[in-house]
Amino acid sequence: MSYLALTDADREAMLEAIGVSSVEELFADLPEGVRLRRELDLLPALTEQELTAYFEALAAQNAHVGAELSFLGAGMYDHYVPAIVDAVLQRGELLTAYTPYQPELSQGVLQSIFEYQTAICELTGMDVSNASGYDGTTVAADACFIAKHATGRSKVVVTEATNPQVRQVVKTYAPGFGLEVVEVPHRDGSTDPDELREAATDAACVIFQQPNFFGVLEPAPELATAANDAEALPIAHVDPTSLGVLEAPGNYGCAIAVGEGQPAGNYLSYGGPNYGFLAARTEFIRRMPGRIVGETTDAAGNRGYVLTLQTREQHIRREKATSNITTNQTLLALGGLVYLSWLGPEGLRELGETCMALAEHTKERLGRPLAFAGKPTFKEFAVRVARPAQDVVREARERGVHPGYALGRDYPGLDDVLLVALTERRTPEEIDRLADVLAEVGA
Amino acid sequence: MAAAESYPDDVRYHPEHDWARIEDGEATFGITWFAADALGELVHFEPPEEGATVTKDQAYAEVESVKAVSDVIAPLSGEVLEVNRAVADAPETVNEDPYAGGWLVRVRLSDPSEADALMDVEAYKQHLAEQG
Amino acid sequence: MKLIYEKSQRGRRAGRPPRPEGLTPPELPSDLRRESPPRLPELAEPDLVRHFTELSRRNFGIDTGFYPLGSCTMKHNPRVNERLAALPGFRDLHPHQDEDGAQGALRLCWELQEALAEITGLDAVSLQPAAGSQGEITGLMLFRAYFADLGEAEQRRKVVIPDTAHGTNPASVTMAGYELTNVKTDARGNIDVEDLRGKVDEHTAGLMLTNPSTLGLFDENIEEITQIFHGVGALMYYDGANLNAVCGISRPGDMGFDVVHINLHKTFSQPHGGGGPGGGPIAVAKRLEPFLPVPAVVRDGERYRLDYDRPKSIGKVRGFLGPFGVFVRSYAFIRAYGPQLREMSEAAVLNANYLLARLRGAYELPFDRLCMHEFVLSARRQKREHGVTALDVAKRLMDYGFHPPTIYFPLVVPEALMIEPTETEAKETLDEFADAMLAIAREAEEDPELAKTAPHDEVVGRLDEVKAAKRAVVRYSFENHPDLSAEPAGAGIEAPKGA
Repeated sequence: MSYLALTDADREAMLEAIGVSSVEELFADLPEGVRLRRELDLLPALTEQELTAYFEALAAQNAHVGAELSFLGAGMYDHYVPAIVDAVLQRGELLTAYTPYQPELSQGVLQSIFEYQTAICELTGMDVSNASGYDGTTVAADACFIAKHATGRSKVVVTEATNPQVRQVVKTYAPGFGLEVVEVPHRDGSTDPDELREAATDAACVIFQQPNFFGVLEPAPELATAANDAEALPIAHVDPTSLGVLEAPGNYGCAIAVGEGQPAGNYLSYGGPNYGFLAARTEFIRRMPGRIVGETTDAAGNRGYVLTLQTREQHIRREKATSNITTNQTLLALGGLVYLSWLGPEGLRELGETCMALAEHTKERLGRPLAFAGKPTFKEFAVRVARPAQDVVREARERGVHPGYALGRDYPGLDDVLLVALTERRTPEEIDRLADVLAEVGA
Repeated sequence: MAAAESYPDDVRYHPEHDWARIEDGEATFGITWFAADALGELVHFEPPEEGATVTKDQAYAEVESVKAVSDVIAPLSGEVLEVNRAVADAPETVNEDPYAGGWLVRVRLSDPSEADALMDVEAYKQHLAEQG
Repeated sequence: MKLIYEKSQRGRRAGRPPRPEGLTPPELPSDLRRESPPRLPELAEPDLVRHFTELSRRNFGIDTGFYPLGSCTMKHNPRVNERLAALPGFRDLHPHQDEDGAQGALRLCWELQEALAEITGLDAVSLQPAAGSQGEITGLMLFRAYFADLGEAEQRRKVVIPDTAHGTNPASVTMAGYELTNVKTDARGNIDVEDLRGKVDEHTAGLMLTNPSTLGLFDENIEEITQIFHGVGALMYYDGANLNAVCGISRPGDMGFDVVHINLHKTFSQPHGGGGPGGGPIAVAKRLEPFLPVPAVVRDGERYRLDYDRPKSIGKVRGFLGPFGVFVRSYAFIRAYGPQLREMSEAAVLNANYLLARLRGAYELPFDRLCMHEFVLSARRQKREHGVTALDVAKRLMDYGFHPPTIYFPLVVPEALMIEPTETEAKETLDEFADAMLAIAREAEEDPELAKTAPHDEVVGRLDEVKAAKRAVVRYSFENHPDLSAEPAGAGIEAPKGA
């Protein structure tokens, strides 16, 4: 199956117009030593029907959340994606367009990004947002880069209670940026502001997550204050679905807010594609990586939207760029905008309340000791089980339930702790099923 | 309205398209018409702090237009006495009046003899012609 | 058109999350509680649908018409791929699912890796980078790790790139902590080998090159270039943006490259989505495999698993395994062609040469050679003789119903028009586009104002980019939102780029 439109007659006419007698002649400039003189060793071509059968067979081997009741979270969540998101993202004019470098033909994408930027600013309490980053991990690295330019310092402090993948990505980018990364350990599931203040001396920034990786609510305003006391920029890594009930980072002293956008409008899709968001106070606008859409007018005074402040971007600044990002995650960010618009402020608040209510109910229903008792949580919590958590997961899955994330792989001393996530898709009946299965496997 | 092309003779010129007007151990700096024209209408000026040290041949500020961002090179060394706030508020002033209203900083010179290395207007025009 | 916020009405809503009966949320500590709600849009579903439909109608995609952006490979996005990516077994699979609950997904990743290794002529692949530019910086991190392992980290400070390089290349070099060395392009459009010799030594970490280049020309001296770099122990990085020209015809690994990034949204049909998502997997020679990001997707007999035991790995550049939904579409595209993938590249090169043959008389051709999958023309004559610039040509093309090509890039060609038709265009489409370009060249002589005042039929005219940059209004501010139509215009409405 190919997607070519050329017929033999077409080819003949075209070769003649070019002035060659065969397609092979078009490759005459290639040295013989680099020519591949055999067919590519690839699996056989499939028709559309065969493709469908092949891929359906692969898909059928995966235990997705429709096939196996899941309480997995740990950074990506099974929230309900409304049908309108699919409908909008399948509009061909949006799906198949590229970066809006010709604004007159791209007002749809440009305006939607402007609306997305506004929504992210509203959620996070910040003044400026970019058009999206790759995911929740890379935007944390981007934020460190902003902080380094803004403060001239090269130390980055990150809490141990921040998502392990976020920390790992920051550490991977750090050497190239000339950054040193220092971690502040968690104390019983949250971070101590005084410890943070001490570690933040001479730091460019401090990154903390709210709610943190354990689902625990950090003393976020105090952490921001501690960072500000040390003259390090406070960077909050936040869950967009929590911002209908939790205070916005811009309102408690943070300089930059970042996060993983997936829970707000993207499917799980085995980890991607999704979007990261990055928003900051006005003073950082010229240091923001990635694209930004701005409002303007044409000669007739009509309102329109353009990519702006592009000199910061790779294609004009070249070696002085604030980042090298070009292709970002526009379509997924659009999914986020559609989702947040579908919910509205009331819906977002209700979503947060429902998740919290279900989590609280689950804690009671499971009746097991919490790993971080007494700490407030949002939609996830860490519970101690009677056996190694990885074994509990395996055996629970044999009974059709995935009970949650085994924290021991990322944190020492937590081998018997499960991180259980409750989204609004979970029901009291499903929670009963979780309780029953855990009891059955002796957890 | 951008100014017409001009290169006054009361300033000295640096090859990176900056000028210095020197008076009694102090100098005012700016960018030449050529630089302003190449950039296009300026949209942003990132000045140094008052009191900061500037060093000959090194960048001391940034200017930005829609098409490019550019370092501004110091023609001479010294300490920044004053920054032109009017340009920070309305960067297009540099395009309208590059040698007077569009001045960028005023500096107390640390080594006035550095001025010997700068070009006069004829030498600068020659430099522009050679650039092509 | 109004912004979605301007259509909002208090109390309107579309979605309602469930409210399980009898359950109440715990009270939040007062200092953590949201004080005032975010001002998100408030519309019912019918108006939401209309709003986004209206937005889509103010946009041009490949589905709308010809979209010849150079080095972007705007080829058709097969519809079946959307269906496959939406299969619940892919779409609803949690990335933290156990390996034995994700065998179908892991096998797909592994098979895609194998296919990309074969296409590039290299040994190992990581699918993790989210876009080409992320692939670049990952590749440069591999350089650093490789040389550190050899004890040569301090010594190897410089990366060479040609003056025709994509803008991401120099930025990636800087972000990776290297110094940039530029090398010139000669009159044939190849890297100037004499200039290169003088710039490569034991302090060089490597080269970043795309071949064919952004001029659409295959570097005839590639074998010699490889010898120069490998001769001093340096590495070669291939920017895969132009891979569409050579699949099944020449492989970067065979050209001598050690690291390649592939743009899944270019060569392998992932829809561009208005600017993303993309995919930027990297393929490497064996000696660089130990440094690839973790986890690696490996096969053990009949099972597929994730290998985290890579002590020399650079770490992680993105969450999980990368943009999996993009892998589904790209792998489906590759399976649709199978071993006959070269037909795709042959058609891409044929289409580009045909268009070049039709246009070369009317516009200046800076490099008089057969092109590969794209070519660069210059509107310099039109500018000099009639004041019609590449920008004007681009805007006038909109009146003819086409998306313009890339303009003002590569920087070495003044008034550049960089045209890449791709293989999925029919000959009639190419002819219509050529006819329009010829008409515009004629108009430049007879009535230059037509191009200079274009576009005429779009929802907006040329937009004031100076005003946008100066005012930097990057969000809606509700009651405080400025009225920019009341403010003076900037001096250059959409000033041509490229200093």
